[in-house]
Amino acid sequence: MEASMERQWWIERALMLVALSAVGSLALITLFIFSEGLPVLAKAGLSNFLLSSHWAPTKGHFGIFAMIVSSVLATLGALAIGVPLGLACAVVLAEFATPTMRLILKPAVELLAGIPSVVYGFLGVVLLVPLIRDWLGGPGLSLLAVALILGVMILPTIISISIDALRAVPRTYREASLAVGATQWQTIWRVVLPAARSGVVTAIILAMGRAIGETMAVIMVAGNALRLPHSPLDSVRTLTSNIALELGYASGDHRAALFATGLVLFAVILVLNAAASLLRRQR
Amino acid sequence: MSAPSAIVARPQPPPRRLLGPADAQRLAKAVLWGLTSLALAILVFIIGYIAWKGLPQITAAFLSEPVRDMGRAGGIFSTVVSTALVTAIALAIATPLGVGTAIYLTEYTREGWLVSVVRFGAECLAGVPSIILGLFGFVLFVLKLGFGWSVLSGGLTLAVMVMPTIIRTSEEAIKTVPHELREVCYSLGVPKWPTITRVVLPAALPGIVTGIVLSVGRSVGETAVVLFTAGAAVGTPHSPFDSGRTLAVHFYILAREGISMPNAYGTAFVLVAAILLINTAAYAIMYGVMRKNA
Amino acid sequence: MSEARKLWRWLPAGKGLAGAAVFVLLAGLACFLLAGCGSRATCDTGLLTVAGSTSVQPFAEKLAEIYMGSHPGEAINVQGGGSSAGIMAVSSGACQIGMSSRGLKADEKEGVRYFPIAWDGIAVVVHRDSPLRALSLEQVQAIFAGRVTNWRQLGLPFDHGIDAISREEGSGTRNAFEELVMKKLAISDGCLVQDSNGAVRELVATDPYAIGYISVGLVDARVHALVIDGVAPNTANIKSHRYRLTRPFLFLTHGEPRGRVKGFIGFVMGRAGQAVLESEGLVGAGAPTAGGPSGGGPNGGEHGTPVVD
Repeated sequence: MEASMERQWWIERALMLVALSAVGSLALITLFIFSEGLPVLAKAGLSNFLLSSHWAPTKGHFGIFAMIVSSVLATLGALAIGVPLGLACAVVLAEFATPTMRLILKPAVELLAGIPSVVYGFLGVVLLVPLIRDWLGGPGLSLLAVALILGVMILPTIISISIDALRAVPRTYREASLAVGATQWQTIWRVVLPAARSGVVTAIILAMGRAIGETMAVIMVAGNALRLPHSPLDSVRTLTSNIALELGYASGDHRAALFATGLVLFAVILVLNAAASLLRRQR
Repeated sequence: MSAPSAIVARPQPPPRRLLGPADAQRLAKAVLWGLTSLALAILVFIIGYIAWKGLPQITAAFLSEPVRDMGRAGGIFSTVVSTALVTAIALAIATPLGVGTAIYLTEYTREGWLVSVVRFGAECLAGVPSIILGLFGFVLFVLKLGFGWSVLSGGLTLAVMVMPTIIRTSEEAIKTVPHELREVCYSLGVPKWPTITRVVLPAALPGIVTGIVLSVGRSVGETAVVLFTAGAAVGTPHSPFDSGRTLAVHFYILAREGISMPNAYGTAFVLVAAILLINTAAYAIMYGVMRKNA
Repeated sequence: MSEARKLWRWLPAGKGLAGAAVFVLLAGLACFLLAGCGSRATCDTGLLTVAGSTSVQPFAEKLAEIYMGSHPGEAINVQGGGSSAGIMAVSSGACQIGMSSRGLKADEKEGVRYFPIAWDGIAVVVHRDSPLRALSLEQVQAIFAGRVTNWRQLGLPFDHGIDAISREEGSGTRNAFEELVMKKLAISDGCLVQDSNGAVRELVATDPYAIGYISVGLVDARVHALVIDGVAPNTANIKSHRYRLTRPFLFLTHGEPRGRVKGFIGFVMGRAGQAVLESEGLVGAGAPTAGGPSGGGPNGGEHGTPVVD
């Protein structure tokens, strides 16, 4: 009996170590990105790094402002497209669709979340970019293309989580609203959606995280010019494509600068995730 | 006693609205269904287009021959091997660690600071963008540990990527195992660990397997992480230290460089079909379990 | 029940964790072995690693494929990473053969032997249907510096912006382009950027308003290479260095090549290898150059004497 208790105790300790592996990996990642990126931040100065738009790493200029702006604009554009479409889809699937429809369509949407980003990027290059170039002007590889592709990519995320949020609203809310004579739409608009607000906002935040962190599709359709975009038809370079474009060739300070870019990206994503976690806890 | 009119509200006519509630509902429904159809149509179109262009490329030769002539000729077999190796390594590491974490979170602790820390870590890890993971894998496995661009580096980095998925699904699966099962075991005098391994885990197995299968799907589709850790060598890897290009990386290179459009579409089709099959299998398992428990 | 039997009963059940522990141990052991190996170059893993310039990479892959075909048992692994990475990798021993699409700087030459395997021109390309046929070097400079932004300014009949496409910082091709064409001017921030020759070619082939620079060896029927300063980028002009935008493709080794490294380099510099390169559109290095090395290559156009037996 003693030996058995002893063994249980060891097993519990072993499992605790295993459980810390997830946190451990996260800590390792943070550590490495920091240690690789910090030297160049010290050299170039944090404000200069963040606020200058002159990026010429082989000549010692490390300014990522243009890329920060591009990432932000691309994400906002993606949300502008993805949120209305996604929410509409979620409302329809959660409120108006029959259970059979839901049984087919919800897994279908989640399946579509599995399509790799390179496929989206490829179709963007082959179909979307020529369309933009011929009908709207510019090189086609543009902020608009990035926003459209990212918008479509975040659809499954927004739809899935929003459906869950909407279904989680207690039936009594709806029944009470209908009982006082509201139409279904009024119920949805004034009762269900506000009640599901935190879940929907979580969906949007997670989608934002996904959009900011997307790399492969963006590299293929963004054009990767280094300027601040003046119109949606201008070519842009986001933080992620900057890292991926130059990582293979970079060495020394250049590589450190790319890690520093990654650091900025990582910080933004951590903040977004923390916000989403807090919202989920509140619910 | 005068001015009661100030207190009594005179009946007001109903506020003029552009649309009555019934009309508003009809309009809203129309708009919503329209947008939904648009969203679904886009997603269906993507798969349909890939299938249309890629299916003609799928021949027995395409699937079984290695990549030749930098991708201009030959098939995709070497990439399939690389993909399988990388995924296998990732799962070999992520499964024990992930399931172990899930067991610890559900069986051994009450809600406390340690659990919050572990959960927070897992959630944050889930949100790390793939390029950051690629950077991390590049610095740690390729450079510092000296593995070079290799299937091993790729697999190790992917393990970090899929661990949150396995933790999450395993936790859900273990939680749904009815508590009575455990209590029966304890009342018979069985210690905790054998209870877990012989009763709880087998009962939670379908859910855990779902998580593993989903992770396979994610690994197969991942590009940025693998490109910077496993490299892009065209040959078939013979050892974990060899570099190799996975299906997704091969597709990316074919598409970007315009080496061979037909081959690109074919590779895309295989990629998308494989992922869809894998995810469908995962959901089949999950729904099978739900139906059994219902 | 004895302790051993109890342990035996529980071991299969806990094999998940045991497996993980074993794997971690193995990985640690592997690290140890690798660390103890010193440089991977001296560690005979049976694999020959060639790494460096992505411009040279497709040709090296082709050569490796053919070499492995005629020498079964040889395993050659070709990686990209860029010229600078290749030079560093071969100096540090991370790979046995480095590839570079530019000449070596003075501080990079220490302990490194370099073998020019081919000469490659940098072609300025436009869409196949573009009416543009020739430009002067100054015009190319102005386009990529952002001074000329509309095709109309070059006398073409359409009013549309020029989509100039460049390579990313750190690329050997971009480096060469900057040295040979841009000279002191910086490439404009507004240029589109792609991360490989093939990607640039793909873009130019699909955008009728695009102009970019790629390796002459990669020019195909879908793009048109321009005549620069009256000289066309064909084999004869590259060989004679009349076409001034040329750079050497180098194979690099740490010290004298030995064993399988020597075998592969011998193949590449020999008739069979050179024939393959020429058929792919490059100019062989073994060919005699009229007028000798001039300012035709970047960084002074230096190249060492090949060592082949």
